[in-house]
Amino acid sequence: MASTAATTKSSDLVLRSGLRYRKIRDRIIETFLLAAGLVAVFTTIAIVVILLTESSAFFEHVSLKDFLTDTMWTPLFADAHYGILPLVAGTLTTTMVALIVAVPVGTIIAIYLSEFASHRLRETVKPILELLGAVPTVVYGYFALTAVTPLLQLIFPELPGFNMLSAGLVIGLMIVPYVASVSEDAMRSVPRYMREGSYAMGATRLQTALRVVVPGAFSGLAAAFILGISRAVGETMVVAIAAGMQPNFTFDPREQAATITAYIVQVSLGDLPHGSIGYQSIFAAGLVLMLITLIFNVIGFSLTRKFREAY
Amino acid sequence: MATLPNAVPDYLNPDSIRTGLTRRKLLDQVFVIVGLVLMFACLGILAILFMNLVLDGSERFGWDFFTNFPSRRAERAGILGAWVGTSLIMLVTAFCAVPVGVAAAIYLEEYAPKNWFTAVIEINVTNLAGVPSIVYGLLALGLFVYQFGLGQSIAAAGLTLALLILPIVIVATRESIRAVPKSIREAAYGLGATRWEVTKDHVLPYSTGGILTGMILGLSRAIGETAPIITIGALSFIAFLPSSPITSEFPFISFKWLNDPFTAMPIQMFNWVSRPDQAFQANAAAAGAILLGMTLLMNAVAIWIRYRFRKKINW
Repeated sequence: MASTAATTKSSDLVLRSGLRYRKIRDRIIETFLLAAGLVAVFTTIAIVVILLTESSAFFEHVSLKDFLTDTMWTPLFADAHYGILPLVAGTLTTTMVALIVAVPVGTIIAIYLSEFASHRLRETVKPILELLGAVPTVVYGYFALTAVTPLLQLIFPELPGFNMLSAGLVIGLMIVPYVASVSEDAMRSVPRYMREGSYAMGATRLQTALRVVVPGAFSGLAAAFILGISRAVGETMVVAIAAGMQPNFTFDPREQAATITAYIVQVSLGDLPHGSIGYQSIFAAGLVLMLITLIFNVIGFSLTRKFREAY
Repeated sequence: MATLPNAVPDYLNPDSIRTGLTRRKLLDQVFVIVGLVLMFACLGILAILFMNLVLDGSERFGWDFFTNFPSRRAERAGILGAWVGTSLIMLVTAFCAVPVGVAAAIYLEEYAPKNWFTAVIEINVTNLAGVPSIVYGLLALGLFVYQFGLGQSIAAAGLTLALLILPIVIVATRESIRAVPKSIREAAYGLGATRWEVTKDHVLPYSTGGILTGMILGLSRAIGETAPIITIGALSFIAFLPSSPITSEFPFISFKWLNDPFTAMPIQMFNWVSRPDQAFQANAAAAGAILLGMTLLMNAVAIWIRYRFRKKINW
């Protein structure tokens, strides 16, 4: 009898010390998991800090006024000019060309998949679209240079071998899957009863799609377009390969020009000593790139807010 | 009374309704055709371009292409340095991104309290997914290459790509953890399991499929990334291999390769594309076809794993 009591007591003790050990272990593990979560926060902070510190060194040599108003960008030449405008113009031009392709095509494909296509077709096409998003961008660059540019030269014989039109068109083709996939998700989430109400009033599928589903999913569509713009602005390899790397202050897509990203690649390809003005200039360019992305995202965020529909 | 038919507005007139309906139905049909044409045009253009890539590169495919270093003679130039470099970089990336990404996702799903601090982490993860990849390259150039003194090495490249795919791994893991029903967790808690025991013994085994899928998708993104590793200074002409990870002397494993300079598949392809000599375009196409094949293969494996695990689990 006594021995049983003793065992119960000791097993109780074992249980309790075991529980304490397990609880301490849990705390330690939780700390590790939290640390992993904080990596994301530190990455963001590190991006901001690195871009700001390295470009502040750049702005000790270059006045902000020159940076924003000079129309020449030749940091590596003897006659150095530091005007970011040509690079910004190149970035905006290729982005515009890309959007002119991607927004209508992506939206129409999304409407078709969401409102017209059969379940089976949709389930087959969506994974393929997502697969296309995984194609390395350097491969798209090869297409732009070796396939799209020669085709375009048949239409515009005077088109140079490097041009923003070809790069922009290929970027557009590249972001169609993203725009279509995200827009389709947004349209799917418009509740069924809204469509049914519209059908009951005698509307056809197209009318329902354009007047009920698209307005209802507008915030999601805006998010999809912003995603597309962000990708087009930050796209590097296609423009570096197909649009040339000469800074050129123009908005004509038939000319060759460097974008912000192409400039960063061009400088990185050479051997650049740490702390030189060329080294600092790519961080200043990166900062401008981040600001452009940020501006588009803020616009997108406010659009999303403004047009959000609550069901 | 005779004026009544005229008082019926036009939109109630059966004839005009009928013609309107026919027109609207016709518009529907037109839209279906436009949608189908655009969709198949996109898929078709891409299919043609990929075929083009394989055809352009066909003359280079062969054993020599994999075992030769780059050369000034296009027909002798191969991708030995590139594929070894890419494999080693992927090793570093997977070793860094997967544990951190999975741990962060577990924290956010199972542990994190609902407060502003958690919201900050979540917003960060979403935003990082939208940061242009070349900005990660700049971050790595400033931080890993110069601040940490890693130099233009395999370790720096692997860490850069790890940061780049971290959001992908986190998002995929969170989704698969969220798919595990609450009842399973509650049953385990009811038996006295601690939070970590519930996570380790119940949640994680059920979400393995999703985690693996996320990992492979992340790596398939990393393998094709060119811009960030150009920024940190990958060499495009490299005629030697990184030092071997296995040595003949004790302890038989060496990590010296982490500090070696490198090249990678997309860098090699970019280098060949940007040469004026047309002969190198075939090398670029062949390298591109192999790169593309690897990405598509990884994605196919990911889809297959997702499908298999989904079939195996019945709640």
